[in-house]
Amino acid sequence: MIGSVALTLLALTIASYFFARTRAVQSVGGKTGHLHSRPTYHGLYTFLWTGLISFGFLIVVNIASGLYIDYNIRTSLPEDIQGLPKIQQEQIVDQAKSIAKNKPVVGVAATDRAREVRDALAEQYATLSQVRYIGIAIIALLAFGFTFWVTYSQIDKDWRARNRSERLILYILLLCAVIAIMTTVGIVFALMGPTLKFFFDVSVLKFLFGTHWSPLSGVFEGKVDENTVGAIPLFAGTFMIAFIAMFVAVPIGLMAAIYLSDYAGSKIRSSAKPLLEILAGIPTVVYGFFAALTVAPFIRDHGDSWLYFLLFFFGPMLGIFLFRSVLRTFGLHSLSELFETIHLMKIASVASLAAYFALWFGYYEEVPSFGLSIASESALAAGVVMGIMIIPFISSLSDDIINAVPQSLRDGSYGVGATKAETITKVILPAALPGIVSAILLGFSRAVGETMIVVMAAGQGANLTWNPLEAMTTVTVQIVALITGDTEADTAAGPAFALGFTLFAITLAMNVIALRIVQKYRQKYD
Amino acid sequence: MDPELTELAERAQNEQNRPNGHIAKMTARKVDVFYGDKQALFAVDLDVSDRSVTSLIGPSGCGKSTFLRCLNRMNDVIDICRVDGTIKLQEDNIYEKTIDPVQLRARVGMVFQKPNPFPKSIFENVAYGPKIHGMATSKSELEDVVENSLIKAGLFNEVKDRLYEPGTGLSGGQQQRLCIARAIAVSPEVILMDEPCSALDPIATAKIEELIDELKENFCIVIVTHSMQQAARVSQKTAFFHLGKLVEEGETNQIFTNPVDQRTQDYITGRFG
Amino acid sequence: MEQQDISTRHTSKKAKVRLAKRYAFERRFKMFGILAILISAAALMTLVYTIAVKVAGVFTENYIVLDVQYDEKIIDPSGERKTENFELSAFRKLVRTTLRENFSYVPGGRQAFPLYRLLSDAAILEVRKHIQANPELIGSTEKFPLLADDVTNLYLKGYYGTLEKLPSFGVAQPVGTSDTIEVFVQSNSLNVILQAKKDFMAKEIRRLNRQVRAQQRGIDEFNKRILAAETDQREQDIAKFKREVQTYTSRRDALQKEVSDLKLRIKALGGEAALNKDIASFFLKINGGMVKVNKISPDRIEGVVYRPLNSDAPAQEGQWELLVNSKPENDRKISDQQIAWIEKLKEQGKIKEIGNWRFLTANFSREAEQAGVWGAVAGSFWTMMITLLLAFPIGVTAAIYLEEFAPKNWFTNLIEVNINNLAAVPSIIFGLLGLAFVIGVMGVGRSTPLSGGIVLALMTLPTIIIAARAAIKAVPPSIREAALGIGASKNQAVFHHVLPLAMPGILTGTIIGMAQALGETAPLLMIGMNAFVVDTPTWFTDTATAMPVQIFLMADFPETAFQMKTSAAIIVLLLFLVVMNAVAIFLRQRFERKW
Repeated sequence: MIGSVALTLLALTIASYFFARTRAVQSVGGKTGHLHSRPTYHGLYTFLWTGLISFGFLIVVNIASGLYIDYNIRTSLPEDIQGLPKIQQEQIVDQAKSIAKNKPVVGVAATDRAREVRDALAEQYATLSQVRYIGIAIIALLAFGFTFWVTYSQIDKDWRARNRSERLILYILLLCAVIAIMTTVGIVFALMGPTLKFFFDVSVLKFLFGTHWSPLSGVFEGKVDENTVGAIPLFAGTFMIAFIAMFVAVPIGLMAAIYLSDYAGSKIRSSAKPLLEILAGIPTVVYGFFAALTVAPFIRDHGDSWLYFLLFFFGPMLGIFLFRSVLRTFGLHSLSELFETIHLMKIASVASLAAYFALWFGYYEEVPSFGLSIASESALAAGVVMGIMIIPFISSLSDDIINAVPQSLRDGSYGVGATKAETITKVILPAALPGIVSAILLGFSRAVGETMIVVMAAGQGANLTWNPLEAMTTVTVQIVALITGDTEADTAAGPAFALGFTLFAITLAMNVIALRIVQKYRQKYD
Repeated sequence: MDPELTELAERAQNEQNRPNGHIAKMTARKVDVFYGDKQALFAVDLDVSDRSVTSLIGPSGCGKSTFLRCLNRMNDVIDICRVDGTIKLQEDNIYEKTIDPVQLRARVGMVFQKPNPFPKSIFENVAYGPKIHGMATSKSELEDVVENSLIKAGLFNEVKDRLYEPGTGLSGGQQQRLCIARAIAVSPEVILMDEPCSALDPIATAKIEELIDELKENFCIVIVTHSMQQAARVSQKTAFFHLGKLVEEGETNQIFTNPVDQRTQDYITGRFG
Repeated sequence: MEQQDISTRHTSKKAKVRLAKRYAFERRFKMFGILAILISAAALMTLVYTIAVKVAGVFTENYIVLDVQYDEKIIDPSGERKTENFELSAFRKLVRTTLRENFSYVPGGRQAFPLYRLLSDAAILEVRKHIQANPELIGSTEKFPLLADDVTNLYLKGYYGTLEKLPSFGVAQPVGTSDTIEVFVQSNSLNVILQAKKDFMAKEIRRLNRQVRAQQRGIDEFNKRILAAETDQREQDIAKFKREVQTYTSRRDALQKEVSDLKLRIKALGGEAALNKDIASFFLKINGGMVKVNKISPDRIEGVVYRPLNSDAPAQEGQWELLVNSKPENDRKISDQQIAWIEKLKEQGKIKEIGNWRFLTANFSREAEQAGVWGAVAGSFWTMMITLLLAFPIGVTAAIYLEEFAPKNWFTNLIEVNINNLAAVPSIIFGLLGLAFVIGVMGVGRSTPLSGGIVLALMTLPTIIIAARAAIKAVPPSIREAALGIGASKNQAVFHHVLPLAMPGILTGTIIGMAQALGETAPLLMIGMNAFVVDTPTWFTDTATAMPVQIFLMADFPETAFQMKTSAAIIVLLLFLVVMNAVAIFLRQRFERKW
């Protein structure tokens, strides 16, 4: 219906272009040289105005009349029906609309009275819709006619159609640019409405600092119980998984960026860069599938013994490293040097590996493990896969930032006889630090807002724990669960939008800070 | 006879044969440099004397900077660059495999065209070299090295109250002297300067020139410069490069008053360049 | 500083030692870089491998070709030939009857269900469709390919083990031809089965022994703690630990008893052993029948007849076969009985394997063998159309404004900051925006490509604007000056000269943005595009789903066949992305100029 009106308008506006152009040519008797603006500009001017006005009316009237009809239908419900719970009222209205639109009806009427009201409403709705479409068509056509009449009658040899249409185009361009702001404003308002409504029923503090999350367990007459909407477990899960992801992505992404920008030859670079780009281009749902089907079961079955092995492998190295750092902080340089010269690290590593295998074949007689139980939807699995997803993000941002450090600093460092590694760690990285920090922040905000991996691989139940081997749930998982679940939409929307608003606020804050740092950093070296 | 003594005697003999009696610190023989397929330097032979200033002059793109960067293998940083011929630092051929570029650059320091202090404190800038080369075992020793270098670079009095403020906050001339201090701090044998004053105003330039004059008492200095006046003012020896070839070298006085080659004559009289 | 010191400072032995250490750090650092690249590559390889390896099962599908007699009494008892009134239940009966005709020995009722389950429900639908199109066939008999169930299909492709022949010597003498029978074999052929049983028990003993050791470790640990507690005189702890030791000890002893029992049974195996569903399945093919081995002794088999024997005459060497499926029955979805039936069909040449076009042309289904991606591809197509129609013109015009016309003031600055921030807003937030605004306020239909497209357009907009701005910025100012210099207006300069030159870059950015949108799932979940859609969407306002959403839905089904189809759907999606990116790269290399 609306579609045919729109198509008619489109045809009319295109036609108006040709009419206006012809009129411009005729107004000077075919001598187009006498015109201030070329005929096409006269056509364009009319076309732009008629299009803008008529389509503007079409959209505005369409939305407004839709809202009005909704309001009208709701207020015209009989007294006894208005006394019913809101869910049942909604159901009646929804069914009436479906009947009016000749669509299959979802569910059945609860009582005979409800059926009666519903059928009456359907009829009313159908009539109103009929009137609405005719009204829209008439208003839009009138708007077109009026605009066309005005612009058409303005056509004249001295009429500055070019300047005017250019100014009009400029405003259209501006409008498009403003859509970006409108989107942000739209997001804020869209999230704000249900969130505020939710916080009428629930205290903000209980939401932000409560530790018990099961929002749909205490629903009474469409209102949630404020003791069951404590979002702390969700924040804990979100940040746990995001931290694990950063733990994977930052070292790998950063080292990859350093290697590609300062070490790799053009051959390696030309094959490693596409590799990272492919990783970046894989849809998150594919990562989710990978996490749920491959990584999570692997970690559940073998994570325990791997942790055991890693402890033996890295434990001594880490211990000695820390020990030496402690010695150095107390100024015992010669002692720490001594430990370095006797290759303590190598000896300890070999010894601990030997101990590992001795335990394996002597005591356990199988692959040794702690005997930990790992959930099949562990935070670790989701975090690791999310980390893989974020590697290319960190590496490409860091790559840009490292490349932005001017060559003269590198020269200065090489000039006093520094090796490449020393130049990178002592000059380039400190110089690029703000940029890298902001890259990490952006990556973190991405990890916090990532949805599909956690929906497919992380837990569903709220679980407040420090143990990454247990299943934890996240903000995004709960939003998806609430919105796509089979609970009544109005009840689920409250907690879902409140979570969405919190998520938006957190990520926005991180993005603003990160982008501000990047901007400052760019200015420094530009 | 003791071979070492023979060598010494020979060296003394050589020294006497030199025009001004200085020892050749670095010697370049038949140096060709290629960037990819393009040849940038053609069979350059040049000696650089110890405790004096040698300046390299010539029109833009003549290869003088390229030659300078060969002296401490800074060209290694550029992938497509290839250097043939021999360059010796005293007895060591610096392009031999046994010579490590990192170690070499500690012995042959460099100061660049644009002042490039690291975005760290003044102290850290100067301490950077000694730290990575392990030249100071304690904090007080490091402080001594930094202070000495800053004094030698004539910067200490200006910055002694703000050693821990960023080096990038200094004026251009100060920054360049900071870079010189950074180069001196690793106690190199040779200091290479690539148009060190081209980004500075005349007053800062004068200060640097003064500094160069003082430094030549302790170091061998090679300076690339655009300004013939500067070459005349600071250097004892001058080499003129043109189109990748070393046209003429000699005492600065002689080059500027009585050049042998017509091209040199044209250049110093301003016919081209 | 000593002067002499200087010349040797960097060449001394100490400096050399230090240099070696510095180079060790250099090597280590570089190694970490290479390691980072290798880890990324390994992650990508593992991801691609785990997906690609599952796709092999999707390339073909299996049909059981049977003689179907289109019985009028079943299909159209009234004889009116009203095709639209043909009941599905009638065709179910028809297909089942056909199956039973081929396996006359299978008793009816409940016991025949495993037989019916060899076929997909789609087979019934397809027969009905065929007859509805050709009602004149009623009363005749025809070979009709009936789609196999996903489990049957997977067995035929070898995912549930294959039947392998074992060496079989001597004469086999069956006693009885149906139900439970005995077969006597005069050779040591059956020792293989006995050995398998023994191996299985030995494995069981090893497993139990491991558990015994684990209990022992617990006992050791708590004994140690008791000692420690005794020195500290913590009475409570001592009691607690002693209880622990007791429980561990009793568990250990129970396990040990089990082990010794098993050991005794292995010794006693010379006599007779029963086979359970945890070890390989053994079959005997004899006198045209098939027997599943249940009990075994060195010269005798006791088993269930899955396919009746023709006679109980002794079978000579070479006329009977011993077969094994080494995958235990408990580890697979298909029963030994069903395997016996399928093998029979295979021997009769009634199984046909053809290319699986169904996967590309069918819509989503809850039955793995019927599920396809076409509906989702169509849904994605319409959604992308809307996204492109909205995001491209708006994005490009916004970029033109910001790059060419915008004055430098707080407002344009705000727009810029805004765009950069929008690019980093989580996609699920755009989904919530769509739910509340596009569906709630604008009244666009839920679950439609139109609403999905609008949401994805808003999400893609920043990407396109940023790319378009970069492309416009890359056009050198000299072009604008040249145009302005010959009297073109600013608009003309931009639209006639700058924009065409920037177009390749803009298109590249747009394609990359579209590729991102194509893979996006979360916002579409929010606006209900995860609906179960049976019909292929043919317009913007039809209820639809999209490729990534369907992958998400399919991934939820635990069946092996579904996981294979999910992997295949992922490959289809990745192919689309690869093509889009290839086009973008082509555009970039072919048209982009370096100024």
